[in-house]
Amino acid sequence: MSVPRYWREEVPRYRLLGKVCAGCGAKFFPARPVCTECGSTEFKDHKLAEVGEVVTWTVVRNPPPGFEKYKPYVVALIELEDGMRLLSQVVDVDPEEVQKGMRVEAVFRRVKEDGKAGIIQYGYKFRPVVE
Amino acid sequence: MRKVAVAGVGLVKVSEHWGKPIGTLFADAALQAMKDAGTDDVDGLYVSNMSGALMQEQLNMGALMADAIAKQGLHAVRVEAGSASGGVAFHEAVKAVASGYSDCVLVAGVEKMSDVLPEVVTKSLAMEEEQEYSAYTGVTKPGLSAMLYRLYLGLYAEPSEVGMMAVQSHDNAVGCRHAQYPFRMSIERAMDSPMEADPIHMMECAGVGDGAAAIVLVPADTDGVEVAATTVATDYCSLPMREDPLTLGAVRKAAEKAFKLAAVKPGDVDLVEVQDDFTINGVLSLESLGLVERGKAAKFVAEGGAARDGELPTNTFGGLKARGNPLGATGVYQVAEVALQLRGAAGDHQVEDAKIGLAQNMGGLGSTCAVTILRRLGR
Amino acid sequence: MKTARQVGIVGYGAYVPIYRLEASEVNRVWGGDGAPVEEKSVVAPDEDTVTISVEAAKQAVRRSGIDPSEIGAVYVGTESKPYAVKPSGTIVAEAIGATPNVSTADIEFACKAGTEAMQNCIGLVGSGMQRYAMAIGADTAQGRPADALEYTAACGGAAFIFADRSADTVAYLEASYSYVTDTPDFWRRSKEMYPRHGSRFTGAPAYFKHIQGAAKGLLEETGYKPEDFNWAVFHQPNTKFPIRVGRGLGFTMDQINPGLVAPKIGNTYAGSTPIGLAATLDIAEPGDKIFAVSYGSGSGSDAFIFTVQEAITEKRGGPKLVSFIDRKKYVDYATYLRFRGQIIQ
Repeated sequence: MSVPRYWREEVPRYRLLGKVCAGCGAKFFPARPVCTECGSTEFKDHKLAEVGEVVTWTVVRNPPPGFEKYKPYVVALIELEDGMRLLSQVVDVDPEEVQKGMRVEAVFRRVKEDGKAGIIQYGYKFRPVVE
Repeated sequence: MRKVAVAGVGLVKVSEHWGKPIGTLFADAALQAMKDAGTDDVDGLYVSNMSGALMQEQLNMGALMADAIAKQGLHAVRVEAGSASGGVAFHEAVKAVASGYSDCVLVAGVEKMSDVLPEVVTKSLAMEEEQEYSAYTGVTKPGLSAMLYRLYLGLYAEPSEVGMMAVQSHDNAVGCRHAQYPFRMSIERAMDSPMEADPIHMMECAGVGDGAAAIVLVPADTDGVEVAATTVATDYCSLPMREDPLTLGAVRKAAEKAFKLAAVKPGDVDLVEVQDDFTINGVLSLESLGLVERGKAAKFVAEGGAARDGELPTNTFGGLKARGNPLGATGVYQVAEVALQLRGAAGDHQVEDAKIGLAQNMGGLGSTCAVTILRRLGR
Repeated sequence: MKTARQVGIVGYGAYVPIYRLEASEVNRVWGGDGAPVEEKSVVAPDEDTVTISVEAAKQAVRRSGIDPSEIGAVYVGTESKPYAVKPSGTIVAEAIGATPNVSTADIEFACKAGTEAMQNCIGLVGSGMQRYAMAIGADTAQGRPADALEYTAACGGAAFIFADRSADTVAYLEASYSYVTDTPDFWRRSKEMYPRHGSRFTGAPAYFKHIQGAAKGLLEETGYKPEDFNWAVFHQPNTKFPIRVGRGLGFTMDQINPGLVAPKIGNTYAGSTPIGLAATLDIAEPGDKIFAVSYGSGSGSDAFIFTVQEAITEKRGGPKLVSFIDRKKYVDYATYLRFRGQIIQ
């Protein structure tokens, strides 16, 4: 991935930072140029909840290039405590342990790297909540 | 706007055409379609191709393909809408004839997937999704459909019922000359195959193949097969944004509009070609098209409703699963197959007295959908 | 060494990845019968020093209750930087929301890099240059296959946010002491995958001499005796060394035990003493005194005396280190190599 493309999304990905529409209060992750609810183009930052639960999930067994060393890995649709939804890998878990409704929390992990010489790309993943 | 008719079709067998470059593959289908139409006097070319930029490192495909069939000077353009490229290209081509801008248009889809390794195919499919927050998770195209599959299993059906979509498609492909996998497959074989993206088994996924399909469009007469409606609709590109993930919003919108434009009801449809690149996609498509009730499509298929002699003949030449799924070409195959049915030229695959047929072609996880309704004129 | 202004810890966090390799598994493969630790933590394929640092840092920020944008320094002490050139600290600072008004650097001093980062942060706060300064010690240590270090070279980290001593700090620093000589007992040349070490030379002239030097220096300077402390933490390359050096100095097993985590997680290098300190803070009561001494090859030791404050009872919420130590999945040797990226693909 090109460095500017990675760098541009660092803050939202590192900190789970979304947007809230200045016009109607609708929340989005990731940011989008136009509000789907009211058409506004004005937004403020909105910090997402870092705990949520698994709505549905899959186990990726034949990954795209760049993700091979993590296979097999779980990708889930997660609903956060603030009602926001996102897609994320779920880690620190065996695929067969994942369940609907499993409580998960955000962690900061490597996502992929551009070979041995290129940049390392980080971002959010989720893991079962550590009590 | 004038009415448009299908004047000719050309279909190349979906296969691994190791020796054929993409231009030759394209020409095979295009020349066949023009021969079938009885004219090569085309004044417009719409090339549908999804992944040439990645797989052949080839852009500017409109000019390349016009050149390949020795039609230098022709108005030519490539249409890309992910896996819906074929259906969308067809739609654009119909508009060209309907508007009067063109009088005889060739729309041809071509995709050559065997040039690349499997992981590049996986990447290519993931490129249909939003890159920074969907694909960045490492999710694959089957992976996204698998998440819907799991939701569906929790509410409506067993895997062995959803999997029947693939079994049905294979049944229908037997004897089909342009199908990649014209053989039967048992539900046991599907369910015993390795997981591709749980709970989707490998044998519930369309394969990798090269293919080209072409259609010649002209202003409609009183006879033949007319384009009753062609529509395109889109949806949220990100799954988390969708309120009800099991409703494919683009499919629903494109279908509703198409039924209205064609002035037909879902019950009037005699046969349908749906996007069964994964079994669950075929099931959800039947439901979102409004052809089968919500939550009932897997059972409908499992009980034989989608068989060629069933209530709603579906994927009559094998669908994406068994005829093959050469990505950008697939949507053109579907419409051509419906046209063959309505012309009564489907041979062993013929659905009796087919008058109205529908083709549904979907890109990404249903973020783009093209729906085409063809109608037999006269008789 | 004492600061001009009194400095305390306003928040701390510690983290150990989930995977473990048992000593018996190393023995199974290489035929030995050693067990310098029972088992060690193993880095997941998507973890590195930066992700471990972020995990510990986020805990520290959450417990401190401060606005992360007010953190003026983020120093990462490590010998396993993901990049040879490019700071780990910038990634950590960005992830926790400390950018852009922040000073960051990666600090290298073998296993002492974490406490060296602490000394730096204590200096920044003690001098009044920064209101909040975060020190992290974290590593994903390398051990050559079949080498003695393979049993112990582990991963983990801890983070401490330093601030002026106040009712908000969970512990304050009484004094610190550093003891350094040029003693090449362990090293890794640039572009080498694994470190080399001097075997038994890493003992008496290295580990023991420097820890004793720093410990005795600090006791002498402050007038404290070992029995004045509730708890004691020593760098933990294995189970034996910290016990031997601690008892030799006059500390008891009761004082050492809470911070002795190496038997269960191995040697977390720059994370070792900071993690031991965090484990001790997890169980300490207000008024307790903690004696902590690190060791880094090359060589040197930093010794610290912290006194625990009332705020500790309120400000150590969320999972404690023991939750991360007990949360574990065992891997076999092949998986260990896979996770470490040591299988040629």
